[in-house]
Amino acid sequence: MPMSDYFTATILIATVASGIRLATPFLLASLGESLGQRSGVLNLGVDGVMLLGAFGAYYAVLQTGSLMLGVIVGLLIGTFMGLLYAFISVTLQAEQGVSGIGIYLFGLGMSDLLFQKLVGTPRPIVPFPPLKIPLLSDIPVIGEMLFEHSLIVYMAFALVPIATLVITRTTYGMNVRAAGENPEAADSLGVSVSAVRYSTSIIGNTLAGLAGAALAIELGIFQQNLTNAMGFIAVALVYFGAWRPIGVMAGSLVFGIVASIVLQCKTVGIIPRSASDLAAMAPAVITILALVVVASRFHQPAALAKPFVREG
Amino acid sequence: MNRFGSRHLLPYFIPACAVLAALLIGAMMLAALGASPLKGYGVMISAAFGSLDGLSTTAVKSIPLLLVGVGICIAFRANVINIGGEGQMVMGALFATVASLAFPHLPAFALLPIVLLAGAMGGALLGAVPGALKAYFNVSEILSTIMLNIVAVQIMNFLLRGPLIDPGEIMRGTRIPQTARLSQNADLPMLFEGLRMHAGVIVALLAAVAAYILLWRTSLGFRLRSVGLSPDAARYAGIPVRRSIIIALAFSGAMAGLAGAVLVFGSESHRMVTDGSSTGFTGSAGFNGIVVALFAGLHPLWSIPSSLLFGGMLVGANALQRAVQVPSALVIALNGLIVVFVVSSEFFRRRSRPQPSEESLRLAPSTQAGWEAVVDPPVGLKRFSGTNEREMNAHE
Repeated sequence: MPMSDYFTATILIATVASGIRLATPFLLASLGESLGQRSGVLNLGVDGVMLLGAFGAYYAVLQTGSLMLGVIVGLLIGTFMGLLYAFISVTLQAEQGVSGIGIYLFGLGMSDLLFQKLVGTPRPIVPFPPLKIPLLSDIPVIGEMLFEHSLIVYMAFALVPIATLVITRTTYGMNVRAAGENPEAADSLGVSVSAVRYSTSIIGNTLAGLAGAALAIELGIFQQNLTNAMGFIAVALVYFGAWRPIGVMAGSLVFGIVASIVLQCKTVGIIPRSASDLAAMAPAVITILALVVVASRFHQPAALAKPFVREG
Repeated sequence: MNRFGSRHLLPYFIPACAVLAALLIGAMMLAALGASPLKGYGVMISAAFGSLDGLSTTAVKSIPLLLVGVGICIAFRANVINIGGEGQMVMGALFATVASLAFPHLPAFALLPIVLLAGAMGGALLGAVPGALKAYFNVSEILSTIMLNIVAVQIMNFLLRGPLIDPGEIMRGTRIPQTARLSQNADLPMLFEGLRMHAGVIVALLAAVAAYILLWRTSLGFRLRSVGLSPDAARYAGIPVRRSIIIALAFSGAMAGLAGAVLVFGSESHRMVTDGSSTGFTGSAGFNGIVVALFAGLHPLWSIPSSLLFGGMLVGANALQRAVQVPSALVIALNGLIVVFVVSSEFFRRRSRPQPSEESLRLAPSTQAGWEAVVDPPVGLKRFSGTNEREMNAHE
């Protein structure tokens, strides 16, 4: 059979649709991370928080059958970890490049520990039902690609314009940017740099917890190291997107769709399994190249990863 | 000033407190999981350190931790944060594996050094790339090393499922992604009859001593540390900052690569196997090495006891699983807490030492260097940020 026959419209639609689904956890986590970085807080522990959120959500759904409760548990775990991380990095001024690795290891070990102790053998849960948006989902091709997803996918993408508005048009957003670019100046104008950074760390980690919940419920399963470094990629996507929500979304979609193409090619058998490993590293290579471009064109928040110490 | 005053003891005391605090939380977790904390820790200690057999297993488990940790010491001292230990280990192991497959019939005295060197080279290459990206393109090495972890894992999966796979796996149709049993001439020799301790222990100890000499007894090490303490001052002193960053990351990667090679040739199966993830091969040593180095105050020699402690925790964790049915993942979580506590305790350490200007004195390479420098992580590490890099490029 000629190769071109595989690329029928159905496969294209399925690939894009699953790409959007796969992009969702990336998008949620990196939107949260970008908010934190805008205020000067680098959080490398996203992957650990995602794992904890994923396990919490999975376990809650397994016990109660309520997807809503699962999402809430994921959110709350993220919120708690955000508070903890803010205490470590803002109050105790720990080196952020390293403390995040501690959070990652904690999440990696803790989620595995709880999973083995409380669940043991993997049992599937019912994933999110797709939610067809009336009228829009009836549009041919596009409707199937974009408007037959679960609620959490819509939520994640709806957050992009909201985050852009909040960062660029509100007082809170201005305070966040000030805390990240020039905390001394912000402080002299009466903005509490600590309070701003606490808030962004909490919101950011809450989104990371939600990203974990979205991942676990989307896949309908939990296992050791479920995220497999997705959280680290989410951090890189913030640089990829040059700290702008819209750029972060573009980066997430690239990762999601590339992952989906690799998956699709593997199942259809276009490329052998071994070569699909090479294809799977394409997003990482793309990100490194993007980092080179971004580093020369954009500048990161000037006070990123620098604890703010008030003089006097 | 008083050598034995609290100002000198405190820096040693604080990391110890951090570990104690983590162990305390571990005890609470054990209790919450329905196991007696005393019994749990007792089992861990006796499994790891209570017998010759346990000690030798602990030593073997400590090898990759020590090697990666020593590499982390070099990188962090030069103010570059190397999160790429996992990938560098994988790459080192792949280079070493390919080397042993290329010359399987060389005698052991020639083949062993070749495979170890190949491992170090593989890690160094993967370390030099983010170094160059940081030095010349101002790309944060934290991110590029993380990305290269992913790249290295996929290369490993590709090679072990394809070109390097054991021909027997294809014949049997099982296709387990692993190499054939590698040349016996590259086996790391056992040190004692009946114990699991192999020559990798010596490799790791030599590497720790070599790193100590490099950092405090050579001009290259002096340059690396100067760059870590203050890139600006280093540049005004005529030190090539960019090259130093690349060298630091390459050395750091070489140590991790060596760890990967030792893992393959000291393993019981003497093959390289993948389960598709980097942790499956490294056992997270690329990350846990950071814990070892931080706990050792970024000093290669202190990293030796530090790696034994954390290696012992890994051995103890397995015993814990058997004795009180608490999954060994507990130890990974505890390691994470220790990292968090150690870096958070910097806060108290800084407050106990109010005059930062003194740190610059420690740049003097002769008398001030050595063990006294143990207690001071590079100033630059604390204020690591993009601005240093930008200023750096502006000046050059």
